[in-house]
Amino acid sequence: MAFTFAAFCYMLALLLTAALIFFAIWHIIAFDELKTDYKNPIDQCNTLNPTIEKVKKIKRVKIALKLVLPEYLIHFFFCVMFLCAAEWLTLFLNLPLLAYHVWRYTSRPVMSCPGLYDPTTIMNADILAYCQKEGWCKLAFYLLSFFYYLYGMIYVLVSS
Amino acid sequence: MSAPGRTNLRGSVGYSQNSTPNGGAAPPCQNGPLQTYPPMYPPTGYYGAPPHHQGYPGVSAPGKAPVTNSANYYQSNQQHHVAPSSYSAGPPPQPYATVPSSAPPPPPPHAQYSQQPFQQPPYAPPGSYYAQQPYQVSPAQLHQQPGLVAAPASGPGAPIYPSAPGSGHYGTTRTTTAPEATQMGAPLHHYSAAPPPPTAALHPGYEAAAQMTVNGKGCAAGVQNSSHQHYDQSHPAPRSYNSYSGGGADRPASGTLSASAHSSPGRHQGTPFGFAADSGASSASAAASGPAGALTSSSSDDDDEDEDEEAGGDSSSSSTGSASPVPNNYDSLEGGSYPDSMPPSNDMTNQAQPYSNYGYQGMPPAYQQGPAQPTDAPPSQNLYGPSGYQPYSQPFPSLSQLSAALGGLSGVPELEVEALRPVNLLQERNLLPPRPLEAPEPDISSDLKKVNCSPQTFRCTLTSMPQTQALLNKARLPLGLLLHPFRDLQQLPVITSNTIVRCRSCRTYINPFVTFLDQRRWKCNLCYRVNDVPDEFMYNPVTRSYGEPHKRPEVQNSTVEFIASSDYMLRPPQPAVYLFVLDVSHNAVEAGYLKRFCDSLLENLDKIPGDTRTRVGFLTFDSTVHFYNLTEGLSQPQMLVVSDIDDVFIPSHDSLMVNLKESRELVKELLTSLPAMFSQSRETHSALGPALQAAFKLMSPTGGRVSVFQTQLPTLGAGKLQSREDPNQRSSAKGVQHLGPATDFYKKLALDCSGQQIGVDLFLLSSQYADLASLACIAKYSAGSVFYYPSFHHVHNPAQMEKFRRDLERYLTRKIGFEAVMRIRCTKGLSIHTFHGNFFVRSTDLLSLANVNPDSAFAVQMSIDDSLADSSLACFQAALLYTSSKGKRRIRVHTLCLPVVSQLSDVFAGADVQAITCLLANMAIDRSISCSLSDARDAVVNAAVDFASAYRSSVSNLQQSGLVVPAVMRLFPLYVLALLKQKALRTGTSTRLDERVFAMCEFKTQPLPQLMRMLHPDLYRLDNMSDQGALHLNDAVVPQPRLLHLSAETLSRDGAFLMDCGSVFYLWIGKGCGETFIRDVLGCPSYASVPSNMSHIPELQTPLSERVRAFLDWLQDNRAFSSTFHVVKDDSSAKAAFLQHLVEDRTESASSYHDFLQHVHQQMSK
Repeated sequence: MAFTFAAFCYMLALLLTAALIFFAIWHIIAFDELKTDYKNPIDQCNTLNPTIEKVKKIKRVKIALKLVLPEYLIHFFFCVMFLCAAEWLTLFLNLPLLAYHVWRYTSRPVMSCPGLYDPTTIMNADILAYCQKEGWCKLAFYLLSFFYYLYGMIYVLVSS
Repeated sequence: MSAPGRTNLRGSVGYSQNSTPNGGAAPPCQNGPLQTYPPMYPPTGYYGAPPHHQGYPGVSAPGKAPVTNSANYYQSNQQHHVAPSSYSAGPPPQPYATVPSSAPPPPPPHAQYSQQPFQQPPYAPPGSYYAQQPYQVSPAQLHQQPGLVAAPASGPGAPIYPSAPGSGHYGTTRTTTAPEATQMGAPLHHYSAAPPPPTAALHPGYEAAAQMTVNGKGCAAGVQNSSHQHYDQSHPAPRSYNSYSGGGADRPASGTLSASAHSSPGRHQGTPFGFAADSGASSASAAASGPAGALTSSSSDDDDEDEDEEAGGDSSSSSTGSASPVPNNYDSLEGGSYPDSMPPSNDMTNQAQPYSNYGYQGMPPAYQQGPAQPTDAPPSQNLYGPSGYQPYSQPFPSLSQLSAALGGLSGVPELEVEALRPVNLLQERNLLPPRPLEAPEPDISSDLKKVNCSPQTFRCTLTSMPQTQALLNKARLPLGLLLHPFRDLQQLPVITSNTIVRCRSCRTYINPFVTFLDQRRWKCNLCYRVNDVPDEFMYNPVTRSYGEPHKRPEVQNSTVEFIASSDYMLRPPQPAVYLFVLDVSHNAVEAGYLKRFCDSLLENLDKIPGDTRTRVGFLTFDSTVHFYNLTEGLSQPQMLVVSDIDDVFIPSHDSLMVNLKESRELVKELLTSLPAMFSQSRETHSALGPALQAAFKLMSPTGGRVSVFQTQLPTLGAGKLQSREDPNQRSSAKGVQHLGPATDFYKKLALDCSGQQIGVDLFLLSSQYADLASLACIAKYSAGSVFYYPSFHHVHNPAQMEKFRRDLERYLTRKIGFEAVMRIRCTKGLSIHTFHGNFFVRSTDLLSLANVNPDSAFAVQMSIDDSLADSSLACFQAALLYTSSKGKRRIRVHTLCLPVVSQLSDVFAGADVQAITCLLANMAIDRSISCSLSDARDAVVNAAVDFASAYRSSVSNLQQSGLVVPAVMRLFPLYVLALLKQKALRTGTSTRLDERVFAMCEFKTQPLPQLMRMLHPDLYRLDNMSDQGALHLNDAVVPQPRLLHLSAETLSRDGAFLMDCGSVFYLWIGKGCGETFIRDVLGCPSYASVPSNMSHIPELQTPLSERVRAFLDWLQDNRAFSSTFHVVKDDSSAKAAFLQHLVEDRTESASSYHDFLQHVHQQMSK
């Protein structure tokens, strides 16, 4: 029983995945709110996208930054960690999502600031439904991977 | 509904006594003042005008309001040939006969009609009674004529298409694109990609009928087919209609019991009709208020008239004429409790009983019967008269039960049969109706029809709402609404009351389709909640009586306007504020628009909508931004220059936007001096972005309208753009890049503007590429409008100059609403999928419109979330809350009501081909921006293919192998092809990117009639116009030439043809055109001397010229922006502009109509 780098990766991934699960839930709630008409899409996109408007203070931006882009970055981060730790199976399991993130960000609408969501098109029922579905799928994926990391961590700790 | 047509028509056939209430107002009103409610309230509502009745009121019932446009329109085609007292002449019987050629039906033999006196003795033999019915429903007939003719492909006169199979052009096959589409969640394919299973739901009777017509033999007519048979037989006999009931297969001449028993549909129709007559009268008389004393009498005449009519067939029916306001008649109106899922044929059981009670309850069945007549070609049964069977059915209520039993045998109503009559497009060529298509009518009771919203304001792609999404998917047709909510109206009831009655749970405004459970409670028709009727609502201001909530104008009109109280304001209503942002760079000075603009504004300064609070401001820009201080008291305008374009600031806060009234002299002075001020400008840069930012800052305290005039690509400061167009790629077939914006600067700014209630309108007058795709965003998301004048130059391009002048005049003087929102509510179970138009979508059903103008329209895609099985009607309500230019907060409410159907055939029968095409165009444009142009084109083609396959699989026993579509949709493939050849979607033909993008913007915002003319222009032959069917308006005769196919074959060298493309008219003069025409109309001695750039018709005093001009004026009358006019000689270079609209012909890059059909056919069989 030794505390290897791989074990460390798993522990870190475990924690970060918990955060990602939180993001996914937040994402689902946000779009549900949007669909059921409690929020104005401009506000919505401002919280979902990291905005750098002067009006929105840095604090607001920080909160907003915890969303889409950070999610992608966190995920990318522990993928790199697994790569370094040579946990090929785990990496392989994460690759599809990584690829999806890259695709999603490259095909975003024309925007001058980072972010994915365009307030003018987000109310389109197709896009809205897509985003909701995306949220649920991600939630499921993160939940499963949470338990997988837990198992992986214990396995690495025990086996070594 | 364009009232001018109607009004005038009525005048022409001698209705003119009926002046006031229903559109005595002759000229098309632009910005017409809205009078307040009481004096204006028409007895039967401006909109209510179901053509069902028009036959009756037509002639001797002057008071009868609801003569629809369509009916009149067609009726009058021949009316003047007929003795004034005769029935309005419908179209000829001939078309129904199977004329063995596909040549256009010959001019109608009027003799036949005139022999039919209108004033039938009340107990006329049934035969002649029937005989008259057809005339009532004329539009259908006209439309149907060509369709019925099962012509051999090479019939004489049939267009011969180049038959080269150039269909490879359509590229990607359907199988590959469809899945992709669904994956992308793209709007064009929101129905499932799975092909619909063949529907077994079709009634055997229907199938039989269908088959019969296909074969065109008037074959062994089953009971239900008798009318078809009749067509065939009746053809040769000049007095065919007389022989109808006698000759019609098995209908006994006495027209009694057995007739009513087996031909249930007819009677079925009849019932509501009788009711409608009554209630029409009753509502008319009830509503005839103080202002219209005369009306009361006229409406009672009307009543009598109806009774007479009924008596004509049956003496006992007069009882229904009592028409006394029965307090709970709204129960039956909305009747929440009809069994809905019953197939149409079973309705009779229902019907019988109410009928024995009293007339009012006779109507429910009509709801269920749903399907048929909302088609653009009201089908055959109609012809035989809604009231035709009624007399027989009424006195024998018990027989209807018998008929119910037999109903199962008799099959689908004949009505539907005509709408659904299969048309093999590969064989039938002459599909165009002789006059432009009218909107189909929803198949609801005539009483509801009368109050239903005008199709010009509110139109649904499927006038019979499918019950479930599954059924909609099977039909493969897009479901959506086309709205023109702020259109100029001539008659609008304006209601001032303290409480605006709305549903407490869904906030629906009370409307004609709610149910009054009793005196004090009403049931919402959208969410079915039961609400209380407030005390105030019990009082009816029209009749000044108490206790008749259902007679209130809100409940009698589907379009009303409320004066809103302060509950509907977030802030005090804003004044009208206008800011003009003018490009004064060198390029702009070169183009020379500034002078024209200043002159126009000077001319129209007094006509700009507003009140004493109206404010204006001016801002010019080149590489710097210039403000103008116009404060009252200055001796001359002061120019303030801000050169710091990276961080624009407002030099002076209160003096830049000035009160127009107080500073009028300064404004005039500025406008006079402005053109000269910059005439020496050498500045070539354009800082549009900073100027817009400045405009935003200037306007944000108040909101209002910003009009931007731009002549080139913005090159400085925020929002600068690069040229993205590669001229070599203009005609590339591969796909067009850069349809989307290059930067989101304009979009973000537009959203900010929208938040501050600023609408931005863009006038682009550029000769070079100016990246309209990016610039248009500023108007798109702030609910503005876009105007584009390619290669504008004040000297070199006088046509554009003239167009600019006219557009500007309309633009400056048209009505405007500020700080508006529009909410669209719909019956529980339906939801809004996507919006199309210029606005910002604030929530699922709410559009935020900083400005709203009367010329922009919206489209909405709908989806069906839950089954609508528990209601027989689906309703839509659009409520537009806005601040008028006079500072009043107003709410304009439109309500549309449609029947819900459960049969696929009913859905098909209710399809509105024009609305479907327009919605499809909107969807395609979205797709071409989000995916690619070729994707969008494929999707459009697939829409046609899918529909044809869906239809084929729904009619399982169809014998024919060709491309078969139902008659109502027979123009669909043609429209789809026309759509593919539009500037917006075409490939292969050189199209400038800006023009393409502009065409896309137009598609998104133009109202349907305008869009249809753009898409499929109307072509008429002018040199041989006869007076046949002409309209008599006031003192002018307006000839009504036939619509021609858009193919070079219809053009002939010796003719003169007018093409009406919506915003432009082309008059094509053939080389061999008659000297008379050239001399009398164009005022030139010979063809050679006609100038090649002629852009107007001289006012000559010759009869021919007068008629041509009357026709042109009449065409022009109904549109907001006046169209330009071009004379195109056969040998001139401008010919290409004309020829590109001939969509049925093959061009070097696009296939002909025939090839396209072949392509669709091939795709279907894959």
